[in-house]
Amino acid sequence: MNITRTVSILSLASGLLFAGQTVAADAEHARAARNYDTYCVQCHGINRNGRGINSRDMSVQPRDHSDAKGMGDIPENEILKVIKEGGLAVNKSVLMPAWGGVMSDAEINEMAAYLRHVCKCGSSK
Amino acid sequence: MKLHILAALGIGLITAPVHAADNAGTALLKSQCMSCHAISKPVASLDRLWERKGPDLHYAGNKFNQPWLEKWLQNPVRIRPAGELYTRHLKGSDKEDVVDESTLTPHVKLSKSEAEAVAGALMALTAPDLVEKGVFKGAKVSMTMGGMFFGKLRGCGACHMAKPGSGGSSGPELYTASERLQPDYIYSYIKDPQKIDPGIWMPALGLSEPDLQRLTGYILQLDAREGK
Repeated sequence: MNITRTVSILSLASGLLFAGQTVAADAEHARAARNYDTYCVQCHGINRNGRGINSRDMSVQPRDHSDAKGMGDIPENEILKVIKEGGLAVNKSVLMPAWGGVMSDAEINEMAAYLRHVCKCGSSK
Repeated sequence: MKLHILAALGIGLITAPVHAADNAGTALLKSQCMSCHAISKPVASLDRLWERKGPDLHYAGNKFNQPWLEKWLQNPVRIRPAGELYTRHLKGSDKEDVVDESTLTPHVKLSKSEAEAVAGALMALTAPDLVEKGVFKGAKVSMTMGGMFFGKLRGCGACHMAKPGSGGSSGPELYTASERLQPDYIYSYIKDPQKIDPGIWMPALGLSEPDLQRLTGYILQLDAREGK
C-alpha cells in the first residue's frame, strides 16, 4: 500500500515535472517563433522553407530551415554566430544580416533551439 | 497708443489663418491618422509593432519633405509593398511567399486643403534627438559604385526596391525616397534603424562614415537615375 502510494506520488511528480518542462519549452519556442515571424520570415518564409517574399530577387537563396539534413549539418556555434554576427562572420552571404543589435543573447539562444525544433534535427557536430 | 493697437490687430489678422490651418491639421491628425499611426512617442514593444497599422509619425517633421506629404496625401500610393507589419499580409505559394492583397486596405485620401493642413501639422512633429541636422554632407555618388554597394556588397536590395518591381518587398521602396525623405533622416535611419524605430525588422549594418555618406547619396540619386 505504502509502496504503491509512493510510486504513484513519484509518477505524479515526474509527470508534473515533464509537463512543466514541456510548457516551458513551448513558451520558449513561442517567443522565438514571434521573433522569427518579425525578423526572419521576410527572407526565410512563413513556412520556414527559405522561400520568403524577399527571396524572389536574391542572388543567394536563404537557408531552408525545414531541411533536416542541411540544418543538421550546421554546428550549434555556427547557428548562434550567424544569427548574432551575420553571414559574413561565417563565410556565408552578406544578405544574412547581423541581428545581435536587435535580439538579445537569450533570444538568439532561444532562436537556435527553435530552429532545431523547426528542422526536427539536432546538431551532428 | 492707437498705432500699437492697429499693429497688434494687423499681426492678428496675418497670423489668424495660419493658426486656423494648424488647428485644422492637428484636428485631422487626431481624427484621421491616430488610429493607424503614433503621433506621440509610444512605448516600444514587439506587441506594439505587430499592432500598428502604419509607421510612427511622432518624428514626421524630421523625416518627410512637406511638398511630398501634400502631394502623397491627396493621391496615396503604397510605399511598403507588403504593408505593415509585412508578415500579417503574406501568404504561401508554390514558389515564394506573396502579398495577400485582400488583407491590405488603401490609405485614406485627403482633399488639397486637408492634405496641406495635415502636412503642416506633421512637419511640426519633431524629435531632434533622433535625427541630427547636417549629418549628410551632400556628396554626389557614382551610380555604378553606389548600385554595387546597395546590391552586392551590402545587400540592401534584398529588402528594398531601388526601382519599381525589382528587389525586396518587406521594406519601403526607395525609388521615391529622395522626394519623400530628408537626407539627414535617410543617413540616420541607415546608421541606426533601431534608435529611430525600436524593434523594426531592419538591423544596423555597422557601416563606416564614408559608406553611410555613399549609401545616402545613392538613395537620394535613385530618382534621377530613373529619369523622373
